Amino acid sequence: MPSHFAHKLAADEFVITAEIAPPKGCDPAGLMRTAISLAPFVDAINITDNQGANMRMTPLVAAGMLVREGIEPIMQLTCRDRNRLALQSDLLGAAAMGVKNVLALTGDDIGCGDHRQGRAVFDLDSVLLLQTIGALNSGFDLNGAPLAGATDFLAGAAAAPEVEPFDATRPKLVKKAAAGARFFQTQAVFNPERLAYFHDAVQPLGVKVIAGILVLKSARMAEFINLNIPGLKVPLPVIERLATAADPAAEGVRIAIELALQCRSICSGIHVMAMGRYEVVPQLIAAIRS
Amino acid sequence: MIVSTQKPLEQIVAALEGGSRVFIIGCAKCATVCKSGGEEEVFRMQDALTLAGKEITGTIVIDETCHMLRTARDLRSRREQVEEADFLLVLSCGAGIQSVAEAAEKKVVAGTDSKFLGNIRRFGQFEQRCSLCGDCRLNDSGGVCPVTVCAKGLLNGPCGGMEEGCCEVDRNNRCAWVTIYERLTGQERVRQLDAITPARDFALKRHPNSLKLEK
Ligand code: SF4
Ligand code: SF4
Repeated sequence: MPSHFAHKLAADEFVITAEIAPPKGCDPAGLMRTAISLAPFVDAINITDNQGANMRMTPLVAAGMLVREGIEPIMQLTCRDRNRLALQSDLLGAAAMGVKNVLALTGDDIGCGDHRQGRAVFDLDSVLLLQTIGALNSGFDLNGAPLAGATDFLAGAAAAPEVEPFDATRPKLVKKAAAGARFFQTQAVFNPERLAYFHDAVQPLGVKVIAGILVLKSARMAEFINLNIPGLKVPLPVIERLATAADPAAEGVRIAIELALQCRSICSGIHVMAMGRYEVVPQLIAAIRS
Repeated sequence: MIVSTQKPLEQIVAALEGGSRVFIIGCAKCATVCKSGGEEEVFRMQDALTLAGKEITGTIVIDETCHMLRTARDLRSRREQVEEADFLLVLSCGAGIQSVAEAAEKKVVAGTDSKFLGNIRRFGQFEQRCSLCGDCRLNDSGGVCPVTVCAKGLLNGPCGGMEEGCCEVDRNNRCAWVTIYERLTGQERVRQLDAITPARDFALKRHPNSLKLEK
């Protein structure tokens, strides 16, 4: 049975997703509290995978726990920390736990995280991981051996509408679509015109576009992100707006709402990156749905 | 060539703990070019170790220390100096160090760290372009190695960390996939990037590897 999220995407209904990082530790209470508080507002919740190469609880278990709670996860899976055996066995495990959506990612550079001396794997890349998911969905492993039970994942991939040079990223988007990506969750969008251009560019691929919306808290946070988070670039005017605002945290939410409203008419959904400020998500989503 | 750098002197001295007589071996090929174990560095090492209280029984710079038979032969030609030594300090790549270890019963001390197979940009400047993956892909990537020049070794295009054509891992480097894209565009064959490159076959990289040419 396809997931609720898959169903909505297929029916061309607008989707809203948010993301949570699993805990740095074995106590899932906080994760579950956040997931339960967000669940009424979103269609699915992304569970990040050692994001920024910082070690945390495996998204496999965190996503499985959401399923048990009746909440639909999008399990993020990176190629940085697992070889092809581990990726496949985690995917089978995820399917067994009832996880239906997977976001296939390359993974941030291990040198930007908290285990810099570790060995990055990259046995596969995101395109090959999507192909692998396709193989499992058809009931075979990567080498063509039959499985006892096929998976039924909806696979998605990342995309960066504002990256320069954008054209250099096009062939990979084509390959992600060919390898089975059904949705793109994009990097944070700050320029809706670029999102529209991106949307037109990938339209022929038949992949749904879910625009990433970042909730900023302060100019300092934006600057930190620009320096430390690969692929995220907050433009100067946004930083200035935050810097001169009387209440930067509220301004950050206002910026996010403005952007989300502009993106709404362009794409198939919004992905909220709350950067830990989950309490503002309901307000933001109410504004988007209004 | 194999790029190596000399270990810090304190580390070398620490590794020579428990013996006072040292025979020093350099290499006339790669270690000479990257100044980790040529004539000059062997000479300087001799001075430094003498200052550190060691007695140098002799030195030799072998023409290709990785050549096992030649290394064994050259060491035999200095049998007395080698015999007198407590340690053989080798300033060559890791392959050369092991030629020495195989040729002599003596304790061998590695005086270098071997880094990579390097291209020479100009004198004293080396860059890694090939990591000997065993299954060369340069025909499909415009002559730019995705396995090595892409910091993540990705085969199907740029990762999400590429910004303004620069690599996520080191912003001073150009993203290999942007270079590949530009080259193939210039050669009017960029469409070939739309085909998925299959996963690498790491069985080709199992080690220890060997090759025996047919007679
Ligand atoms: S693909 Fe790269 S690493 Fe492999 S042999 Fe060719 S140049 Fe070397
Ligand atoms: S930015 Fe380009 S070169 Fe650097 S890791 Fe990503 S794909 Fe590879």
